[in-house]
Amino acid sequence: MKKIVSMFLAVMMIATLLVGCGGKKTSGSDAASSDFKVGAIYINSQSDTAGYTFAHHNGITKAMDKLGLSKENLYIVDNVAEDYTAVSNAIDTLAGKGCKIIFGISFGYIDAFNDAAAKDEYADIVFSHATGYMSNDKNFNNYFGRIYQARYLAGIAAGLKSLEIGNNKIGYVSAWGTEYAETCSGINGFALGAMSVNPDATVTVKKISTWGDEALERQAAEYLLTTEGCGIVAQHCDSAQPQLVAQEQNAFGCGYNSDMSVQAPKAHLTAPVWNWDVYYALAIKTAMEDKDNFMSVVGNYYGGLKEGFVDISPITDNCAAGTQECIDLAKELMINGSWDVFSGVKLSFVNDNGTWTVEKTDDALVTNDGTQVVAAGGASVEDGVITGSMNYYVQGVTEK
Amino acid sequence: MSAMDVISLFVYYIVVYNIALLYGTVGEIVTEKSGSMNLGVEGTMAVGAIGGYLMGCLTDNLYVGILAAFVFAGLCGLLFAWLTISMQANQNVTGLTITTFGLGLYFFIGKGIGKAWPVMQQKEHLLQQVAEIRIPGLADIPIIGKGFFHQNILVYLGFLIAIAMWFYMNKTKLGLRMRAIGENPAAADAVGINIKRYKYIHVVLGAGIMGIGGYQMGLNLGGTFEGSNCWINGYGWIAIALVIFANWNTAKAILGTLVFGFFNTLQVYGSALAETFPKALGFLNAIPAQVYQALPFLITAIVLIFNSVKKNKTSGQPAATGINYYREDR
Repeated sequence: MKKIVSMFLAVMMIATLLVGCGGKKTSGSDAASSDFKVGAIYINSQSDTAGYTFAHHNGITKAMDKLGLSKENLYIVDNVAEDYTAVSNAIDTLAGKGCKIIFGISFGYIDAFNDAAAKDEYADIVFSHATGYMSNDKNFNNYFGRIYQARYLAGIAAGLKSLEIGNNKIGYVSAWGTEYAETCSGINGFALGAMSVNPDATVTVKKISTWGDEALERQAAEYLLTTEGCGIVAQHCDSAQPQLVAQEQNAFGCGYNSDMSVQAPKAHLTAPVWNWDVYYALAIKTAMEDKDNFMSVVGNYYGGLKEGFVDISPITDNCAAGTQECIDLAKELMINGSWDVFSGVKLSFVNDNGTWTVEKTDDALVTNDGTQVVAAGGASVEDGVITGSMNYYVQGVTEK
Repeated sequence: MSAMDVISLFVYYIVVYNIALLYGTVGEIVTEKSGSMNLGVEGTMAVGAIGGYLMGCLTDNLYVGILAAFVFAGLCGLLFAWLTISMQANQNVTGLTITTFGLGLYFFIGKGIGKAWPVMQQKEHLLQQVAEIRIPGLADIPIIGKGFFHQNILVYLGFLIAIAMWFYMNKTKLGLRMRAIGENPAAADAVGINIKRYKYIHVVLGAGIMGIGGYQMGLNLGGTFEGSNCWINGYGWIAIALVIFANWNTAKAILGTLVFGFFNTLQVYGSALAETFPKALGFLNAIPAQVYQALPFLITAIVLIFNSVKKNKTSGQPAATGINYYREDR
């Protein structure tokens, strides 16, 4: 018996070997027009099919395609933990391969990137760090996006829907609350968008205190819809569970990161999405062509709707009438730079026999404990606050 | 919502979101009591989940899915049994291998090749079959009625298996023999029990039970892969901790599941309870979520200490678990 088993295994091994050989492509013949090498350090695996690393990997490869760079020009060190030594080693590896620009996608890479950029031997390499706050004036920048702008637009869709279904309570499943400016500014942006079309709308946040736990995300959504009595559920978490729950309970929802109409066609309104390739194309192109001026051309990048770096997925048929019109109006104001979300000016939308117009009103930005952040008519809060230190909810938001 | 509704919903969620833990725990207890330490619960559950889901979608039948989950996970158990019992491989390492293998297979099908299979999307009818069945009379009991007697078939089956396994292990001759192997295989061998056959059967049986738990988790999460990490989400590891908590007793595993589930659910529903009973439970709002996340493991640590203080008399831990049995060593 054992003999038969071992023979079978041996045959299988040989078969696998042959299959492996057959599948191998002779690569390199389609030699790239450029030998410019790009390096990337990922927190998770490059073969992920969803999530944060996937979004960045997808963005980098898309950008390189656009620039006519071959995939062989991309060098990756993946599954790198947020550990100084590990990140420094990864940087050394990529520098050794001859990469001229190195991207680090996780916040905790910050110190290793800062120190590497300061080294003389790496002076001709551009270091680019996502979600961070450090930089220098020659070869080290950080990049992130105004996702709160896209969330404002999603908020408009949710607000109009709340009017249509006659339930002013909107739920929001969030990985974290005021602990992170990223989640906090997203919640506030969404709430302000919802209240621009429905002044009576309220946003009830359920935070689950972890970046990824599907079962908790589902439970939080069920809690919001069943116990809290919300009619719409938005989310700042990875999985589509809140949207699935919304569909099961005949409610509605706004997803995140991808068009979740795929998972919940009957419930989904629209989802804020990132277009990472927009930044990666700009950064790689500049590093290739005009490296010495990288910091003046690209600099610390904080792209929004204007750059096409953030956006919303196409609005679905589940949305209320007028959604597209209101979103377009608000989007235009943010694209031409005449208005931004966290300012002392509120938008409202007027429907005159099917023609929608937007009105601006001076109104202070007030937190949910009554503290005034921006006076009526005042300018938008600084970018540094939105990315780094926003730790309050605006009026109309409660956390459960 | 009335206060009663809030509590009975709380109990309902404790049960429906954590019943998979019971499957995992009972499966592992059956395995360990027969003398094998299978640390591959997480991977075995994942294989059961994907296998059951696939077959359930293919046949549009919830019950075929249950059977398939049992069979696919059972095959994982068979692999473990062959490696450790016949090939005498180290049980801990093999268990971890099964975890890696099982999760790999799950992702390979669920997020890899399976994406192109139309059958993977035909889940609607399958999910509809996970309907709640109301047990007349009992379902009207206040507080616990909805949670325990108005559930879907996979929840009832979990409790049923736990009780049946308790009966089997404690009240039948076969169960006694199986426990004897876990305590002292040489002695069992001496009285003529076929060690290999018993071990094989119980490792496969245990793995199969774990698999149904994985299947339940997948269906409870709506059977979606996009943006999903893994349906099992670490529950397989918690189940291993629960085995210790339950002191290798499948009936106590029910209690353990509910206690763990209580803290799991409190993380989300604590605020609702605090709001409903502001005086008695208002303090729940002040507890950080991290405490809830740590509590199940803290409790396990405390139970471990208790068990070791009480010495071996009442410990249900089988003496020979995790040790390979060489017949020639007797």
